[in-house]
Amino acid sequence: MERLLFFARRCLKALLVILCVIAINFALIRAAPGDPATILAGEAGAVDAGFVERIRKDYGLDQPLPVQFVAYLQQLATFNFGTSYRENRPVQEIIFEKLPATLLLTLSAFVFSVVVGVGLGMAAARRAGTWVDATITAASLVFFAMPLFWFGLLAIVLFSVKLGWLPSYGMSTVGADLKGWQAWLDVGHHLLLPAVTLGLFYVAVYTRVTRAAAIEVMDQDFVKTARAKGVPERRIWRHHILRNALLPVITFVSLQAGHILGGSVLVETVFAWPGIGRLAFDALFQRDYNLLLAVFFVSSVMVVLFNLVADLLYSIADPRIELQT
Amino acid sequence: MKPFAARFLAVPTGMAGVTLLGAVLLLALGAGWLYPGDPWAMVADPNLPPLSPGYLFGTDMLGRDIAAGVAHGARVSLLIGVIATVIAVLAGTVLGALAGYHGGLTDDLIMRFTEIVQTIPGFLLALLMVAIFGPSLYSIVFAIGVISWPSVARLVRAEFLSMRTRDFVKAARLGGQSDLRIVFRQILPNTLSPIVVAASLMMATAILLESAISFLGLGDRRLISWGFMIGAGRTTLLQTWWLSAIPGAAIFVTVLALNFMGDALNQALNPRRRPTGGHA
Repeated sequence: MERLLFFARRCLKALLVILCVIAINFALIRAAPGDPATILAGEAGAVDAGFVERIRKDYGLDQPLPVQFVAYLQQLATFNFGTSYRENRPVQEIIFEKLPATLLLTLSAFVFSVVVGVGLGMAAARRAGTWVDATITAASLVFFAMPLFWFGLLAIVLFSVKLGWLPSYGMSTVGADLKGWQAWLDVGHHLLLPAVTLGLFYVAVYTRVTRAAAIEVMDQDFVKTARAKGVPERRIWRHHILRNALLPVITFVSLQAGHILGGSVLVETVFAWPGIGRLAFDALFQRDYNLLLAVFFVSSVMVVLFNLVADLLYSIADPRIELQT
Repeated sequence: MKPFAARFLAVPTGMAGVTLLGAVLLLALGAGWLYPGDPWAMVADPNLPPLSPGYLFGTDMLGRDIAAGVAHGARVSLLIGVIATVIAVLAGTVLGALAGYHGGLTDDLIMRFTEIVQTIPGFLLALLMVAIFGPSLYSIVFAIGVISWPSVARLVRAEFLSMRTRDFVKAARLGGQSDLRIVFRQILPNTLSPIVVAASLMMATAILLESAISFLGLGDRRLISWGFMIGAGRTTLLQTWWLSAIPGAAIFVTVLALNFMGDALNQALNPRRRPTGGHA
């Protein structure tokens, strides 16, 4: 019962976030300098009057603001994001076509950053004060300060051009026509560089957080007790220290979701990855604001859903979580 | 206890941070003197490699001096970093103070709003804002400020929550001081250290954000910036990779220096505080 209430509250909060994003989208177009219709057309002053008039009709821009907002809500509720006037296609069609590629990239980057970050953080904590710790800490400082698009470009130069190990763009080999597991392997090959690039910043975050937390837990009484009872060292690290060091890591997961989707615009642009991040970049260039607003909306919804699932899993995994909040 | 400056410089990262940031600052201030004239001007043959005579970092595909671009770009990065941080810190401090000092419904409303802003993909929102309001120094600074304040608000709120029940605040209240006076004269001075630490880390993030925005081609076109240079060099990456590598290294050094400063400030100002997890 308590869990059900907790979940209901979380859903309400998620809805609130989505409503807020809708309000931002709505306000941005109308707060922009100039006529919203010409902005949505993507070309200030350069389009013919009939086209602008059509947009004004399509969006009900001649109606009062509250009426416009309700109409906008109704539209979004049916996943109708309007038309991309550049591609002359419904925006939702374009987005759902590109969404799987972005999901693959962002989830891979997420898993990579958590696994490697926590692993490095634990390794550093276990050998605190040694050269291993110093190396890991230095590496995390470097990852923390690098513009990720810059790292991506350098990685292309090194791994694709100089060494020829990994492909530098796209999601699959053009014209290879692979089947079955070979096709998957090909995608994986293309995925490696972008996923690592996108995950690297949070590898640094998780390394630092895990290391600090593990070092703090290491000296606590329950660890000493376990050691005194003769629990094997491996078991102490895995069951006693790691589990507790993971708690602060989890608080960063919800922040990472938004960060990683924003970062995917950069990474997909650098690696020509055919997802919605790359779509956002193209939309920026073609001033296709309808498409851009939709990418922002869909990305926000994905972040909210991700956090909802994470919250739920977390509340099941750790009974200590306060179901009140 | 040793004076603050001595404690700060005694931390190895403090010394490193001050030195590196000092170098970038000198470069920014001296850009007009070191490289007079327009950094956009074509001054030599195109695509000269680094260490060419007279052109330390070489030239780009249009024959523009990379070193001049890096020097003038330092001004833009630091300027945008500082102003965006000031905006975010002011907004975050005001909202955090309101929430922490008043508690109750005010606190609830402000914190829910803070969480919402923190959840949504901030970089995408910043891109949207810059694209719609038109790429300029103002829109970029505004956009970075708008997405950056939540971490400061949470920090300041937590400090205010713990401060408002302390004896010296109670005493001030019993003494008849106004809320405004208590906030500004009693509580705020005591919360300055964590705010300063957060600000230095936030400036690092702001510089990274600005470079990413410019890289995507949404920078202020009148000003040369590091992110723009990386983006411009990208078109000929396979032949002349240093066009992108060099300005990126400048961003890296500046952000690293600011992270070092934040770390050292944290240790010098709050000796008993644990290291910060990150500036995410």
